[in-house]
Amino acid sequence: MNINLKIWRQKSNTNEGNLHDYRLENVDPNISFLEMLDILNNKLIKEQQDPVAFDHDCREGICGSCGFMINGRPHGPQKATTVCQLHMRSFNDEDDILLEPFRAKSFGVIKDLSVDRQSFDRIISSAGFVSVDTGEASEANKISIDKNNADEAFLSAACIGCGACVAACKNSSAMLFTSAKVSHLALLPQGQKEKTERVNKMVATMDAEGFGACTNTGACSAECPKEIGQTNIARLNREFVKAQVSNFFEKK
Amino acid sequence: MVWVSCEGYIIMKDFKLNSKVPNGELHTKWEDYKKILNKLSPEEANKYKVIIVGTGLAGASAAATLAEKGFNIHAFSYHESPRRAHSIAAQGGINAAKNYKKDGDSVMRLFYDTIKGGDFRSREDNVYRLAELSVNIIDQCVAQGVPFAREYGGLLDNRSFGGVQVSRTFYARGQTGQQLLLGAYSALSRQTNAKKVKFYSRHDMLDVVTIDGKAKGIITRNLLNGKIEAHSADVVILATGGYSNVYYLSTNAMASNVTANWRAHKKGALFANPSFTQIHPTCIPVKNDFQSKLTLMSESLRNDGRVWVPKKKNDTRKASNIPEEERDYYLERIYPAFGNLVPRDVASRRAKEVCDNGQGVGNTGVAVYLDFKKSIEEKGEEYIKEKYGNLFDMYQNITDENPYKTPMKIYPAVHYTMGGLWVDYNLMTTIPGLFSIGESNFSDHGANRLGASALMQGLADGYFVAPHTVMDYLAKEKPGLGHKAEQKEFVDAIQETEKDIEHIMSIKGDLVVDEVHRELGKVVWDKVGMARNKEGLENAINSIPKIKEKFWKNVSIPGSDKDMNQELEKALRLKDFIELAELMAYDALDRNESCGGHFREEYQTKENEAERNDTDFKYVAAWGYNKNGKPELFKEDLKYNNVKLKTRSYK
Repeated sequence: MNINLKIWRQKSNTNEGNLHDYRLENVDPNISFLEMLDILNNKLIKEQQDPVAFDHDCREGICGSCGFMINGRPHGPQKATTVCQLHMRSFNDEDDILLEPFRAKSFGVIKDLSVDRQSFDRIISSAGFVSVDTGEASEANKISIDKNNADEAFLSAACIGCGACVAACKNSSAMLFTSAKVSHLALLPQGQKEKTERVNKMVATMDAEGFGACTNTGACSAECPKEIGQTNIARLNREFVKAQVSNFFEKK
Repeated sequence: MVWVSCEGYIIMKDFKLNSKVPNGELHTKWEDYKKILNKLSPEEANKYKVIIVGTGLAGASAAATLAEKGFNIHAFSYHESPRRAHSIAAQGGINAAKNYKKDGDSVMRLFYDTIKGGDFRSREDNVYRLAELSVNIIDQCVAQGVPFAREYGGLLDNRSFGGVQVSRTFYARGQTGQQLLLGAYSALSRQTNAKKVKFYSRHDMLDVVTIDGKAKGIITRNLLNGKIEAHSADVVILATGGYSNVYYLSTNAMASNVTANWRAHKKGALFANPSFTQIHPTCIPVKNDFQSKLTLMSESLRNDGRVWVPKKKNDTRKASNIPEEERDYYLERIYPAFGNLVPRDVASRRAKEVCDNGQGVGNTGVAVYLDFKKSIEEKGEEYIKEKYGNLFDMYQNITDENPYKTPMKIYPAVHYTMGGLWVDYNLMTTIPGLFSIGESNFSDHGANRLGASALMQGLADGYFVAPHTVMDYLAKEKPGLGHKAEQKEFVDAIQETEKDIEHIMSIKGDLVVDEVHRELGKVVWDKVGMARNKEGLENAINSIPKIKEKFWKNVSIPGSDKDMNQELEKALRLKDFIELAELMAYDALDRNESCGGHFREEYQTKENEAERNDTDFKYVAAWGYNKNGKPELFKEDLKYNNVKLKTRSYK
């Protein structure tokens, strides 16, 4: 198959960026999307041009490194799939394919399609953990957890931190990302002790990092490669209201 | 020990390896040893600076734990976030001798299985300690909120893995590595928040700096602006993973590399058993020349999948058209006791054998079937989906075939490297003050690692071993306020690194880095892969220097080294892979026996099983770097006081 690529090229976050056209011919439909970019880069290097920078690592859909907009959608057209797991068979011969970085105030462009998502790390380090030092833990099977709760917690914990939710949201909200971690820990007995403090701090950090407000459009879950659901956001809101109420009474 | 400087590099003469294993009973050794190790109070610890390179399972867990003890941690990663480390991709599970299933498991049994699985080429005392600590890991991870799979009664669930007959593997669907890494990452994040850890993202370590023979810092390249920087500390811990990408195609993440370890090696750290690499039996086969990496399908699939090939050679019929009696379930046939759950090295070699014999399937003939039909009939599709859903989805996504309907096609691929920096019982390399933990050291898996043991080792080293032994080392060191990054040793090291980069940038040849890497990978896979022989290894030793020459003459790096340059990153890694490849061939050539993942065709039994030679090769081969010629071999004789050496049998 032949494809026409339009790719956002930007030297660094202080330079202006713009779109460049590239054409690739005889692309094997069975190669992955990133392998297609490897081929393009190989060609560019041979022509003494700068290859397209993009983040990627495991190429198994789990490390969360990859991610950019393909024709306006984070990670491209296939549901529940990261860019690295997308294959060229998802496109047609002579398709025009537009590649742009994730756009959000809190994700600065580093180069071309690579963005800085360290704001996510700061949200987690504000309170996305259980405070237990190494060696302090008691026997694991002393904690019994209802299988349904454990499974729910797993589904929330499956977030890969790729940032697609932020890129999909018209307000660039990080609500889905933040709520997935709040939910994961709120669903488990281990997370109960710190749940009030956790939701307060994580929401405050999310706001301080410049992420927008959540207006419940559901675009984030629809584009999430790990299908993190909207129930997480509802759960965060519940936890947040409970925390506000308990703060109010504590102050009184 | 005498340290001799040789053209800027340090090699050791008249040096005897000392594993520093304490005396005492195997069962109580570690606990007794911990009591006599030197301690520092959090106030005293606060005077020390610790550098940790790599923040996967081993690095993140060590960073968190040492920070909890009061040390100031400077953690480095080439990733943007610790959560991207390749530990995240581990699928199947983590072993622990909890004996929750009451199937007769014990620390002793896990210890024995690991020693036997490693084909009696690992250090008894390290392995026992690993088995002992396995239970603490599960406790710690559960306390952090790691959502392991549970039974309906609410207790933790277990499954079986290759090479063992008990059920001791804890798991979180097919994403166990992800959940454990996120657990360690959360512990690390908590310490970042407490200002005890400073995380340097997108920093590649390019050298280790020694002062008076002791590791006192590292040189890094900031991947965003190309700046070469020196960082000093009182101790350096490498948690930099394995080197499977020397083969170009492997299941490792694209950026996984040997550079940190190789730089340490060139500064005097011995490299142990470099040729002990693990070929994982269940990966998605190579499909074309553009392939950039290989994808693993968890070994846990062999619990419910049956491996087979057609009995007839060159059989082009579809799987569904081949009747039962014309299928060869070769693992079940050859190994009735373990069947599809034989260890990885055995399963891999047998797959190669049937394919070499013309019984391979698929377009290329280089694949075997992994068939779930029987399990789906007996247990139902829902059961399979619940257990392996994400793996089946991943398979379908990549191959465009539905594994619920047609058998998976699989073939072995490089997955893990048992070899690594030589470390003593304290996990310290031959450079004082330089520790190596997790996959980056050689210590616990001998010649073959059992499934679900890599996560166990990474976390045992990081949470429970290194924090004690590193503290003991530091307690004997003055806090290094005198060691500043302005010192001559650091300035020289920066200059060396800058010179290297300048050289690579100036080559301006006509070969893309990946082209050279692919060529190297082919040589290593063909000659130092699943089956090795003298002629092939000599051939590799002959051809690898030519690839090296090609690299230094013809490689082409576009752009500038002063901003993000992913081609330069790759080139800096490849130049070290090339040197490592040569050492791997030397190591495989030295070892005139077959053991675990190291299969020398000249040394096999009549039944094509590995023929080990305990009289001559019961040692760890630790190699010293020699700039001017053949690497120098130092041997650590392995002593077995608690297990009887015997031929592995899974029949």
